[in-house]
Amino acid sequence: MDWLARLGRSGLSFAARLGRANLLMLGMLRGLPQMIRRPRLLLEQLLSVGVLTVLIIAVSGVFVGMVLGLQGYYILSRFGAEATLGVMVAASLVRELGPVVTALLFAGRAGSALSAEIGLMKATEQLSGLEMMAVNPEHRVLTPRLMAGIISMPLLAAMFSVLGVYGGWFVGVGLLGVDEGTYWAQMQSQIDWSDDVLNGVVKSVVFGVVCTWIAIFQGYDCVPTSEGVSRATTRTVVHSSLAVLGLDFVLTALMFN
Amino acid sequence: MNRHSAPIDTLVRIRGLKFYRGSRAIFDGVDIDIPRGSVTAIMGPSGTGKTTLLKLIGGQLTPDAGSIEVDGQNVHALSTSQLYRLRMRMGMLFQSGALLTDLSVFENVAYPLREHTRLNSSMIRKLVLMKLEAVGLRGAHSLMPSELSGGMARRVALARAIALDPMMIMYDEPFTGQDPISMGVLVQLIRRLNDAARITSVVVSHDVAEASQIADLIYVISDGRVIESGSPKQLRDSGGEWTRQFIGGLPDGPVPFHYPAPDLESDLFGDPK
Repeated sequence: MDWLARLGRSGLSFAARLGRANLLMLGMLRGLPQMIRRPRLLLEQLLSVGVLTVLIIAVSGVFVGMVLGLQGYYILSRFGAEATLGVMVAASLVRELGPVVTALLFAGRAGSALSAEIGLMKATEQLSGLEMMAVNPEHRVLTPRLMAGIISMPLLAAMFSVLGVYGGWFVGVGLLGVDEGTYWAQMQSQIDWSDDVLNGVVKSVVFGVVCTWIAIFQGYDCVPTSEGVSRATTRTVVHSSLAVLGLDFVLTALMFN
Repeated sequence: MNRHSAPIDTLVRIRGLKFYRGSRAIFDGVDIDIPRGSVTAIMGPSGTGKTTLLKLIGGQLTPDAGSIEVDGQNVHALSTSQLYRLRMRMGMLFQSGALLTDLSVFENVAYPLREHTRLNSSMIRKLVLMKLEAVGLRGAHSLMPSELSGGMARRVALARAIALDPMMIMYDEPFTGQDPISMGVLVQLIRRLNDAARITSVVVSHDVAEASQIADLIYVISDGRVIESGSPKQLRDSGGEWTRQFIGGLPDGPVPFHYPAPDLESDLFGDPK
């Protein structure tokens, strides 16, 4: 019966963590009015969560687009359909790869940094110190980070997709000789604003909420030791990646029937 | 008991405090009175819950039973906003200093002023420099926390704790890990701030000599209970075996030198399991 007891304990522990995560989210949302009154807090976090992630997103976007251009050309040319390369590159990026790869990179770069920062603030009693100074750390420290993540993710995903399209253009048009006019015209006619672009934006907003929420919760809920912070950072990347991939399937199924 | 003839009323009143971590009782019916305007030391060996007691007084933890009143208000019956208002009148010096590492010394001390007052920047600057002058670190205002020694970090944290002119300050192990000079400075600062600003000080410590030097009243706690209380002299003259061992730093006594273990002979020569 030990396994049953262990299963029960794991279930209870999971439910408790889920409850704490939801309470934390409520607490952070209650801090929104304070953050709106002091936009500087948000701007500081937009810099560290968003702007400092731009480089890795930009470089990855270009390379993913270039690979898509190569692979797409290789397959499409077998059917004489290389003229549709632009559509293939853009649709892949805007619908799937833009939001998903951006979220995975975001979890690795910004999410892990958020967990480590918040975990270390907890371990060094900075969060307790704020509480004792009558400052609510959920409002003062966590809410701006949550909102910075939610705002940054769609912008980063858009940047990833745009640079990816140019990466595909560089390989397809610049190196492999696809007609430039066809590349852009096919893309313009076949990519739908609401079905493709807007759905991609919705996905990236959802991923932004989930990845940042996981990162903040793992840091805030960690055991305040160096080992605890290390585990929290690892869990952030693992949980965020799994959540993004799972949610991507659900969202795709809902959006594209 | 009180060297400076302050009105002897009680600022912090703890009654029947019980607090458990899992099934282990950290406090099991503790009664403590902290007189207003005094330096009260809470002493006891490591792991007896001294820091937990400060967190209970500050409302960061909730007791399983009993009550804690600060300035006549039951801390754990207050709403969040009332608790935060009360905390604005309480300062706490954490063992690590708990300075915000991304802010300079000046900004750390200015932090509570910026959060809770509408003072203009010129007034905040004057106040911060005065607080830093009080702890001897006005010249270090532009340094970052990573550039401070442990003792300096605690003094900056002390300047921050007094920024809003609180009615009481709680010190969590202020002397631990300090060199003799820093320790002497902190001892002197705690006493001087207490007397000059008429602040009530609660010092949690296991450094017997330093705490005895500044305390008006000492509570010795162990195994979840108050073992003894009184002035430093009363405790030194105490007949209690436990208190004598603790105050005298004796290696063996009611607190045994050996952690409970099976018989040495059977452990060394018996069958290893």
